[in-house]
Amino acid sequence: MAEKTAKKNELGLTKKDYKGQKSTLCLGCGHNAIVGQVISACFELNIPPERVIKVSGIGCSSKAPTYFMKRSFGFNGLHGRMPSLVTGALFADTSLIGIGVSGDGDTASIGMGQFKHVTRRNLPFLYIVANNGVYGLTKGQFSATAEKGLALKKQGQNRYVPVDIVWEAIAGRASFVARTFSGDPQQLKALIKAGLHHRGIAVIDVISPCVTFNNQDDSYHSYAWGKSHEVALHELSFVPPVKAIKVKYEKGETLEVPLFDGTHIILKKLAHNYEPTDRARALQMLEDANRKNELVTGLIYINPKQKSLFDLYDLPDMPLNRLPIEKLRPSPESLEEINQQMF
Amino acid sequence: MAKTNPEVDEITNTQKTINEFSINIATVNGSGSQTANLALIRSIFKMGIPVSGKNIFPSNIQGLPTWYKIRVSKAGYLARSQKTEIAVAMNPKTFTDDLDDLAPGGVFLYADHIKEPIPREDLLLCPMPVKALVKQAKPPRELRVYVANMVYVGVLAYLLDIQLKTLESALDFHFKGKQGAVDFNLSVIRDAFQWAENNLDIVSPFKVQPLNLTDGCNLANGNTAGGLGTIYGGMHFLSWYPITPATSLPEAILEYAPGLRKDPETGKSTFAIIQAEDELASIGMVVGAGWAGLRAMTATSGPGLSLMGEYASLAYYAEIPIVVWNVQRVGPSTGLPTRTAQGDVNLTYYLGQGDTEHVVLIPGSVKECFEFGWKALDLAELLQTPVFVLSDLDLGQNQWMTPPFEYPDTPIERGKILWEEDLEKIKDDWGRYLDLDGDNIPYRTVPGNQHPKSAYFARGTGHDDYANYSEKPEDWEEHLDRIKRKVDSSRTMLPEPEITTRSGSKNGIIAFGSTDAAVREACDYLAAEGVKLDYLRVRALPVSLKVLEFIREYEQVYVIENNRDGQMHSILSLELPGSASDLVSLSHIDGLPLSAEWIKDAVLEEEKS
Repeated sequence: MAEKTAKKNELGLTKKDYKGQKSTLCLGCGHNAIVGQVISACFELNIPPERVIKVSGIGCSSKAPTYFMKRSFGFNGLHGRMPSLVTGALFADTSLIGIGVSGDGDTASIGMGQFKHVTRRNLPFLYIVANNGVYGLTKGQFSATAEKGLALKKQGQNRYVPVDIVWEAIAGRASFVARTFSGDPQQLKALIKAGLHHRGIAVIDVISPCVTFNNQDDSYHSYAWGKSHEVALHELSFVPPVKAIKVKYEKGETLEVPLFDGTHIILKKLAHNYEPTDRARALQMLEDANRKNELVTGLIYINPKQKSLFDLYDLPDMPLNRLPIEKLRPSPESLEEINQQMF
Repeated sequence: MAKTNPEVDEITNTQKTINEFSINIATVNGSGSQTANLALIRSIFKMGIPVSGKNIFPSNIQGLPTWYKIRVSKAGYLARSQKTEIAVAMNPKTFTDDLDDLAPGGVFLYADHIKEPIPREDLLLCPMPVKALVKQAKPPRELRVYVANMVYVGVLAYLLDIQLKTLESALDFHFKGKQGAVDFNLSVIRDAFQWAENNLDIVSPFKVQPLNLTDGCNLANGNTAGGLGTIYGGMHFLSWYPITPATSLPEAILEYAPGLRKDPETGKSTFAIIQAEDELASIGMVVGAGWAGLRAMTATSGPGLSLMGEYASLAYYAEIPIVVWNVQRVGPSTGLPTRTAQGDVNLTYYLGQGDTEHVVLIPGSVKECFEFGWKALDLAELLQTPVFVLSDLDLGQNQWMTPPFEYPDTPIERGKILWEEDLEKIKDDWGRYLDLDGDNIPYRTVPGNQHPKSAYFARGTGHDDYANYSEKPEDWEEHLDRIKRKVDSSRTMLPEPEITTRSGSKNGIIAFGSTDAAVREACDYLAAEGVKLDYLRVRALPVSLKVLEFIREYEQVYVIENNRDGQMHSILSLELPGSASDLVSLSHIDGLPLSAEWIKDAVLEEEKS
């Protein structure tokens, strides 16, 4: 039987254990690549599926969690309001790993407020934006990330300048911000892995083409445009703690970013001699790339030391949702005291 | 002053003027009058006399008119009275109105620097040298405006016989023992008292005399009580967004939870609080937390509740326990944000898209705010549904005399949650929405459960018994029907109505929430006029069968509410269409708490017709 011969990870699980329902997205949809790489990354990182909660808002993007990790708890919430949902949920057990999938409409339009606030709070979870510049489920309207001048079948030309999700995340003080491309699965997977090990919010803006409504060669969110305009900032690899760094890179070529749990991100510089540790430089780089019409991809900004939301709370080691009820109700004497203290 | 007016004779009849009157204090908001007013009502309360205080205030920080209405009543009538026997006029802008509102024979205290005409001759006048007395006290410049209010406290203490020692203990409580502040304010009060004693030649017919009718009671507001009840209910998670008049409820939790909810073993907090960016987010966090097994709550008012509609609707359909307090104010939009109303009965009961009908608890006293605070959390988890607690500004923010809070008499109920060991015992597949017990309440698991069978996918989209995506017509209908049956069956679990009977009553009266005090008082007046009414106070929606029985029993049942359209009346009419013609809606909204006088007149008019 195929299952017996399938490759197992350290937990004895096969990739199948990380899969979800069969995708009902369009054939060739960029979001399917995201789904595939989330599955691979979690499988390869030996993450128990039960330790993951997957959440989303509304839209094609937000269907994605159904298609990966059926053994994880999931919640398909409201349009633009996945960030609040996952904030409340993770307080129940802060050791859980949150994976949120949103879209450009979900994040950059209706959900802009919650997006900015969840970055500002640095909630530790992976926030993937499947960004295709178009509303898919409602059949082809401009999204807030659509470039000015984009022409769509029923909509005519887009009048407005786009929202840059990476820019907004950095301005919102997210502690891990990346941009990648569905057509670059290796980089996508490496970033997902790094994001899952980052203690803080990890925003990954994935340019993820919509083959049905916005894949014209000259559209900024198409495969063709992405392939011909992608400029990878670095070759990025994620190194788990058990594997000591054996490969010696030449000085000046690589940057090692240690994460809180002993893992590392290794960045082999390719373009722009770029180091993603300075917020102002990151914004400048984005501005330059924008002017040069480049789709820069890679880790744009990281601060592994920024306090996460849960560092600001004094929560017990035992998850709040497992506290025995005796610990939840103060004593009768304490109420007696309050009654006495009232006027 | 004229002694010929019969009304004046009535009002000066000592029997009726000892411990039975209302004081209306008109000030400018932001002038610190709250300290003075609270000192007054606390002192009267400490003297053993039933008293209530209602703040009629603007939505503003500084400079607009504000009134504080103190009602002193040995009979225990603590609703807002329409009548004012004593007025304190500190605000030139409202001087004339405050003067006009005073009952004949009333006492009119005013700051003597206000040079407005006083055309009435049926009052006892008391000009107070506020500026001179403040100057004499030599307060630091920035405190001048605040201590001015202590002048009327001192003069009232003299006129009404309020004990200085009780004023001192009231100030001590207010300033949490800060001796400097207590001493300074008290010195102004003493100076004013002294001035009044030396200079006033009027004798107020209205006096306080010590009683023992407040023994064992406290003065508190419903929001503090609701916050405390929530803490004793084992709330794990609170997310909120500031909105008048709900804000002081989360703030009470912020104040008390750190002291009360530390795990003695680890010293860690057994709760988390987060101030959200808006109500869309506060309810979102609460739904996420409720889904993940936390006892989660938020508090808001009408405008915030509107924003919460979509998540509340999702929580209802996905069967997620959450608690939402709606401390009502006058709407829509800002409406009159600092005035009270019962205008969100329908909004709350039916909040959501499609078919929704929520569990709603309606406290009618400060004590019930505490009780429903913890009970709501139990009910939400037992029923796996949003539970709303419908309070209002009058109950939530004003000072009420209340018996001490009672410790919960039942243990914390967490409902049907399955952990790893529970799932281990289940041989077949477990289904999130399977009605195994035939009580319409399925079992649930929560994130963090490590059993491979534990996970399920929550969604607003159609789903089958196993939480699988489904657009099958029968799946949708069956689930919606089961949820309806579930909420319907909660009628027997929710707080029963409170019924007060009088022998010989032909008709009934129904009310809910903060109007309780006014209705009781009105029923006494009506009985005195020969109209005897049995009274039922609704304490929850969907209503108990006892409410329906009550309605069937009488020829006519008046439904009293502080809104325009008679929203509770319409809910009851829908519940009992056959008796709808026996239900008479008496509703009224003007931003003020209903008064017994209005209720009495409205009922009498109906009785006559």
